[in-house]
Amino acid sequence: MATANNPQPERTNYLNASYGPWSWLTTTDHKRIALLYLLSITFFFFIGGFFALLIRLELLTPQGDLVQADTYNKLFTMHGMVMVFFFLIPVVPAVLGNFLIPIMIGAKDLAFPRINLLSWYLYVVGGILILHCMLTGGVDTGWTFYTPFSTAYTNTKIIEAGLAAFVAGFSSIFTGLNFIVTIHRMRAPGMTWSRMPLFVWAHYATSIIQILGTPVVAITIVLVAAERLFHLGIFDPKLGGDPLLFQHLFWFYSHPAVYIMILPSMGVISELIACFSRKRIFGYNFVALSSIAIAVLGFLVWAHHMFVAGISVYAALIFSFLTYFVGVPSAIKVFNWTATLYKGSIRYDAPMLYAFGFLGLFTIGGLTGLFLACLGINVHVTDTYFVVAHFHYIMVGGVLMGYLGGMHFWWPKISGRMYPEGWARLSALIIFIGFNLTFFPQFILGYVGMPRRYYQYPPEFQVLNVLSTAGSTVLGIGYLLPMLYFLWSMRYGKPAPDNPWNAAGLEWKTTSPPPTFNFDEEPVVTWEAYNYEEIDTEHKEEVPVAR
Amino acid sequence: MHDSSTAAVHGEAQSEPHGHNPALLHHFAEPQQQRDAASLGMWIFLATEVMFFGGLFCAYLIYRLKYFGDFGAASKTLALNLGATNTAVLICSSLTVVLAIYGAQRAKRALMLGSLVLTIILGFAFLGIKTVEYKEKFEKHHVPGASFQFENVPIPGHPDQYANARHAQIFFSLYFVMTGLHALHMIIGIGFFVWLLIAAWKGRFTPDYYTPLEMGGLYWHFVDIVWIYLFPLLYLIDRHP
Repeated sequence: MATANNPQPERTNYLNASYGPWSWLTTTDHKRIALLYLLSITFFFFIGGFFALLIRLELLTPQGDLVQADTYNKLFTMHGMVMVFFFLIPVVPAVLGNFLIPIMIGAKDLAFPRINLLSWYLYVVGGILILHCMLTGGVDTGWTFYTPFSTAYTNTKIIEAGLAAFVAGFSSIFTGLNFIVTIHRMRAPGMTWSRMPLFVWAHYATSIIQILGTPVVAITIVLVAAERLFHLGIFDPKLGGDPLLFQHLFWFYSHPAVYIMILPSMGVISELIACFSRKRIFGYNFVALSSIAIAVLGFLVWAHHMFVAGISVYAALIFSFLTYFVGVPSAIKVFNWTATLYKGSIRYDAPMLYAFGFLGLFTIGGLTGLFLACLGINVHVTDTYFVVAHFHYIMVGGVLMGYLGGMHFWWPKISGRMYPEGWARLSALIIFIGFNLTFFPQFILGYVGMPRRYYQYPPEFQVLNVLSTAGSTVLGIGYLLPMLYFLWSMRYGKPAPDNPWNAAGLEWKTTSPPPTFNFDEEPVVTWEAYNYEEIDTEHKEEVPVAR
Repeated sequence: MHDSSTAAVHGEAQSEPHGHNPALLHHFAEPQQQRDAASLGMWIFLATEVMFFGGLFCAYLIYRLKYFGDFGAASKTLALNLGATNTAVLICSSLTVVLAIYGAQRAKRALMLGSLVLTIILGFAFLGIKTVEYKEKFEKHHVPGASFQFENVPIPGHPDQYANARHAQIFFSLYFVMTGLHALHMIIGIGFFVWLLIAAWKGRFTPDYYTPLEMGGLYWHFVDIVWIYLFPLLYLIDRHP
C-alpha cells in the first residue's frame, strides 16, 4: 500500500493511464465513466438552473412581463424535466456512486463495466433528445405529463420528451442493476455486509427502487405515446379510459423517485458525519436498514400526490397513514446522525459544513412532508407554493447539499488535488443562505394561497416573491463557485495526499487518484466500518491534515 | 488465478492478461464469480421486465373489472386456434433452448447448434403467425383509431345486450400494446440467439463456459412466460363450451 504523503506526479493513475478523447469515450473504467457523468450532469444542471432563474425573474413582478403564459408553462416543465430526469436522479449514484462503490468494497470495477458505459451513452442520447425537444418548441404539461391534457389536448412535443425520459430511465435501471450485482458479488475478502460503508447501503437501497420503479414509468410513457399516436383511449375519459390510472402508474415510480434522489445523499452524509466527528456512526445497523425501509415504504405511499384527484376517502386515509410511516426511518437517520455528533471531536471543514446544511434543510423538508401527509392540510395547500417549497427543500436542499458535501470530501481522491478550503466554506454558507432565502418565503406564499404554475399573481404576494427571486440569485452564485474553484484546483490546487481527512474506508487506502484497477494489491478487510477510534489512537500525531 | 489478477492490477495488459482462460474478464477473480454476477444481473433485469409488463397487467385488470362484458365480447373475436398454435410454438422453443444449453454442457456441438437454429426458426414462426393475426384484425377494423368498428356484437351470456364499442376499443388497445411489446421482446430475443448461434459456431462455448447461452435461455423463458399469461387473459377469458 502506498503511504507517501506527497504523491509523485508521474505515478500511473486512472487519469494519466491513457490520453485522448477516444480513450475516454470507449473507457470501461468506472472512475472515468463517473467523470463523463460529472461533465454531462453538470451541463444539464446549468440548463435546468437557467430555466429556474427565468421562472424567478418572471415572478419578480405580479404581471406577466418577461414571458406570457404559454412560455411560462414550458419554462417550468422543462425546468422540472431536466432537473428530475437529467440531474437529480442520476447525480449522486452516477457520479459519486460510480466512482466510489467499487473502491469502497475493494473491487477492481463494477460487475458490468461495459453496461456502465452503455448507461452513460443512454443518458447522453436521452439528453440530446431533451435538448432537441427544448430547442424545437418544448413541452407545456408540467413534468408530470398528466392525461388527458398530455395525450389529447396539448400540441407540444410530448412524445419526444417522453422518449427522452424513457431512454434516461433505462440508463438509470442499468446503473441500479450494476450496483446491486457489484455489491452482492464483488466485495473484497473480509468486506462483510455489516462492514460496508453506509454510502454503499444507501446506494443498494436506491438501486432497488431504480430497478423496480423505473420500468413502471417506462411503460406508462409508452402508453401515453401510444395513446397520443393512435388515440387508444386508455387514459382518455371521453373514450372510456381513466385518467386516474395514469396518475397511479406515474406516481408509483415518481414518488419513489424522490428516494432515488435523497437516499444516496443520505449515504454521503453518513460518511461525512462519521469522519468529521471522528466517531463510529451511532446505530450503524439502524442507519443501514432504514435505507432499505425507506426504499420499501417508498413504494407504498404514491397516492398522497392524488388526495384531491378523486380517489376514495378510505384509500386516502391509508395512504396518509403510510406516508407518516416513511417519517420513521427518515427520523432514525437524522437522530442517529445527531447522536453521532454528540461528544464527537467535530471539525468544521467544508464537507462538514455541507453536511450540517443538509441536516437543517432535510429536517425542514421532511417535517413539512409530514404536514402534507395530513389529509386536512394537504387539501388546503395542494398545488400551492407550500408543496413547491417542501419538495425543493428535499430535492434541492437535501440532495445538493449531500452531493456537494461529497464532491468536496472526495475531490482529493477524484482529482488528486485539494480544493481551496476558504472558498469552499464560503460557498457552503452562500448556498445555505441563498437556499433559505429562495424557498422559505415560498412556504408562506403557499400557506396564504399562492398556487403554483401561474405566471401572474395578486400584488400582495410581491414582497415574498421578490425575496425568493433575490435568494435564487444568491443561490445561483453559490452553485457557480464550486464549479469554478474545482476547475481551478485541477491545475493549481495543492497535490492531495492519499488520505487528507485521515478517514476510514478503503477508498482512502489507495492512492489519490487511484490506479486504473483501484488497488495495487487486492485489499483484505479486517476492521469494522468507521473505526475512527482505532485510527485516532494509532496516528495521534498525524491528525492535523492538509488545508 | 492470482497471477492473472496481479497482472491486471498493474494495468499493463490489455493483451491477454489471462492466458489460461480467455473468457474470464479482468475484474473478476475467478470464473465462478463472473458466472454468478452474470446470472444475478440477468435475474435482476428480468425483475425489471416483470415490473415493465406489470404496468400493463395492472391496466388490463382494472379495465377487465370495469368493462367485464365488453372485454368478454372483444376477447371472443380473437383467433383462438392461432393463439393456441403460438402457445405450442413457444413452449417447443423453450425446450429447444434447454437442449442447446444441454448440448453445450455435454460438448455435443451438433445438438447445440441444431437446437439454436430450431429456436430461431420457432421464434420466426411465432412472429409469422402473429402477423397473420394482426392482418386479420386490420381487415375486421378491430384496430383502435378512426376506422375502429365494433357494432352489434352481443355480450356473451347476455344475448339482448351489445358491447360498447369504446370499451371494446380499450380491450384491443391493450391487446395490441401487450402483444406488440411481447413481439418486440421476441425480435430482440431472436437477435440475441442469432448472436449466440454465431458464437457457438465459432466454438466459444465449452462445458466450462457457456454463460451467454444460459443468459439467453433465461431471457427466452421469460418472454415465453409472459405469453403464457397473455394467452389466457386475452384469448380465453370468455370461452364457455
